[in-house]
Amino acid sequence: MMRAFAALAAWGLLVSASPPILVDDALITGDALPASLGEFHLLAGPYGQTPNAGVTPYRLNTPLFSDYAEKFRYFYVPPGKKIGWRDDGVLEFPVGSVLVKSFGYPIDMRAPAKGLRIFETRLLIRRTSGWIALPYVWNADGSEATLRRAGMRINVSWIHLDGKPRAISYAIPNVNQCKGCHDDGAGGISPIGPKAHNLNRDGQLEAALRAGRIDRLPADIPRLPVWDDPASASVALRARAYLEANCAHCHNPKGPANTSGLWLNWEQGPGPNLGIYKRPTAAGRGSGNDEFAIDPGHPERSIMLYRMQSLDPGIAMPELGRASVHQEGVALLSQWIAAMPVQPANQP
Amino acid sequence: MKPIPFFVAASLLALASPALADTIRVEPGADAQSRLQSALIDAKPGDIVEIGAGRFDLTDGLSLDVDRVTVRGAGPSATILSFKGQKGAGEGLLVTADDVVLRGFAVEDSRGDGIKSKGANRIVYHDLRVEWTGGPKATNGAYGVYPVESSDVLIDKVTVKGASDAGIYVGQSKNIIVRNSLAMFNVAGIEIENCYGADVYQNVATHNAGGILVFDLPNLPQKGGHSVRIFSNRSERNDTPNFAPKGNIVAGVPNGTGVIIMANRDVHVFNNVLGENGSTNIFIVGYRNSFTDTGYNPLPANVVIGGNMHGRAGYAPGPQFEGGAEMLAAMGSVPPIVWDGTGSNIRVTDKAPTLSLGLTDPKARATSANPAVVDLSQGAEPAMLAPIVLPQSMEAAIR
Repeated sequence: MMRAFAALAAWGLLVSASPPILVDDALITGDALPASLGEFHLLAGPYGQTPNAGVTPYRLNTPLFSDYAEKFRYFYVPPGKKIGWRDDGVLEFPVGSVLVKSFGYPIDMRAPAKGLRIFETRLLIRRTSGWIALPYVWNADGSEATLRRAGMRINVSWIHLDGKPRAISYAIPNVNQCKGCHDDGAGGISPIGPKAHNLNRDGQLEAALRAGRIDRLPADIPRLPVWDDPASASVALRARAYLEANCAHCHNPKGPANTSGLWLNWEQGPGPNLGIYKRPTAAGRGSGNDEFAIDPGHPERSIMLYRMQSLDPGIAMPELGRASVHQEGVALLSQWIAAMPVQPANQP
Repeated sequence: MKPIPFFVAASLLALASPALADTIRVEPGADAQSRLQSALIDAKPGDIVEIGAGRFDLTDGLSLDVDRVTVRGAGPSATILSFKGQKGAGEGLLVTADDVVLRGFAVEDSRGDGIKSKGANRIVYHDLRVEWTGGPKATNGAYGVYPVESSDVLIDKVTVKGASDAGIYVGQSKNIIVRNSLAMFNVAGIEIENCYGADVYQNVATHNAGGILVFDLPNLPQKGGHSVRIFSNRSERNDTPNFAPKGNIVAGVPNGTGVIIMANRDVHVFNNVLGENGSTNIFIVGYRNSFTDTGYNPLPANVVIGGNMHGRAGYAPGPQFEGGAEMLAAMGSVPPIVWDGTGSNIRVTDKAPTLSLGLTDPKARATSANPAVVDLSQGAEPAMLAPIVLPQSMEAAIR
């Protein structure tokens, strides 16, 4: 009976000027964990490739490597509210905000026009109680994405940039693993990417200011280098940007890997805590029989690079979401470490 | 005494009553990964996740992030979580919530650590087994049970076999008890590292490279380890050659060492049974590597050794023991207690000889040593360390 009324009401809406279906703010701020991504009305179309009104795409200067997946990022801020500027750390998103990230693979990375398959869409929702993370998995025809709080593995294949076929067991994280990266250091979860310096590109922040979605911008906005654009910064700074985006969500003084004493956040100064001549703490066989996380002048005996090049779960870093070696990232960090001055006093 | 109004009594009862807790049962079978992980996610504070008898073949790490949950199996030989086919995650089970009780199951063949708990206060590990079933191998995971950065840790009746670093490892934590546990065929049996306040007693450490270790390392958020009591343990026949990957601190543990104290203060080692340890029974040393951490003290201090029973030791010093072969040649065996000579207030009243290497800097090579048998029994009786007391709720959880 209720359903019939609802259908009638929907029909009434359709015949009268078809007003746009708005993002469901009540659902975002409520307590529910909707089983279907569609209920939020954040995305429309097959695989949710069309953002709804108010859902804004954004890009990062240096993103997290995710097994060569293509990622599509959007943010949503509820009407009448604004993002609060923060000089460092993640911008302050108001209650009712959502960060949306869809993950997919092109059929052929050399020819994106051949098509793309989206597998999952992850939401970070800012509720009164804090952020929550919800992973949604798309069905085969892209008509619906369903909540999978326990995560899952799917087999993914594509033609890689070198023209060779690639196939991996792609891990969609469970909600605890979401927190494993998005740990705010105080028992809750937090976004990682949308820091001012990483968002500062393509006039995105200025556009958000003009649209009234952010409260203010300073005159001189910091900018994180683009890890793979040599024009954006030196090798050393691009390497640090890579560590900031790929490692620092755990490896910072308050993060899940703080007890390793290896802190790779952008603000970290040089020294053992950045990995330079730092001996492993609890690496186990992750040490690969090497002495230091970063052995200046010697990428080939730096534990950091050993772990980045391993696919063994007991060795591989990052621990989650990496079933492939990021060759281009390895090359950048190798170049950085190779050029570091050797300090004889610290040699083994 | 005034009668308590009914509704107050009822709400007090509700607060105290565990009967409100739900029990979520998970049995072995297809899709174990998803069903078990879902239970660990869906559990509410106070719930019990009960894992049935049988073997669970898991493909990824498991994790628990809900406070006050008990994860209970049918016993460490009946409920087996096998991570042989693990494709991701750095450990078998990861706990990041407070007041969690883990009991009655086994974790086998995880690719990294067995069970890790981080920032998990008042965690109880009871009646568990963590094992790498292929025996001691460098390809085994590092730690068996691995609580870190936690206050109040109880490890009781836990067996760990085959860890390529430490079987039972407690790091950067406070107020710890490790007891009634068995560590064998690990590189280090039991290791307390960068911790404040630990009682380690009634454990058996055997067939490891090193039995029981109390270490402190630089450049970590919590350092300056202190106030550790090692008593009434058996650390005997630690005869597995060190198989740790190089680079790790335990790779330097000499084959056949009963107890090692490195760079801690206020460590009391008493009433243990030590013997059949090829390098030595008790080794007291400073931190040997170079470091730049100005807040780090590399030297041992206020170490008290007394009342230990010494069996045979020092008959086959490991290659990691610099100068060991020379000592063996010169003396016939390495004495059962060896001190590198660094640090302060080292007191030994055991009825066994103590050898000092006479070093003034722990980094110095053994070639600069002036080894001599020393009497460290003089001086005032040191004050006892207070026993570790854990919150009642933790002891109650295993009764």
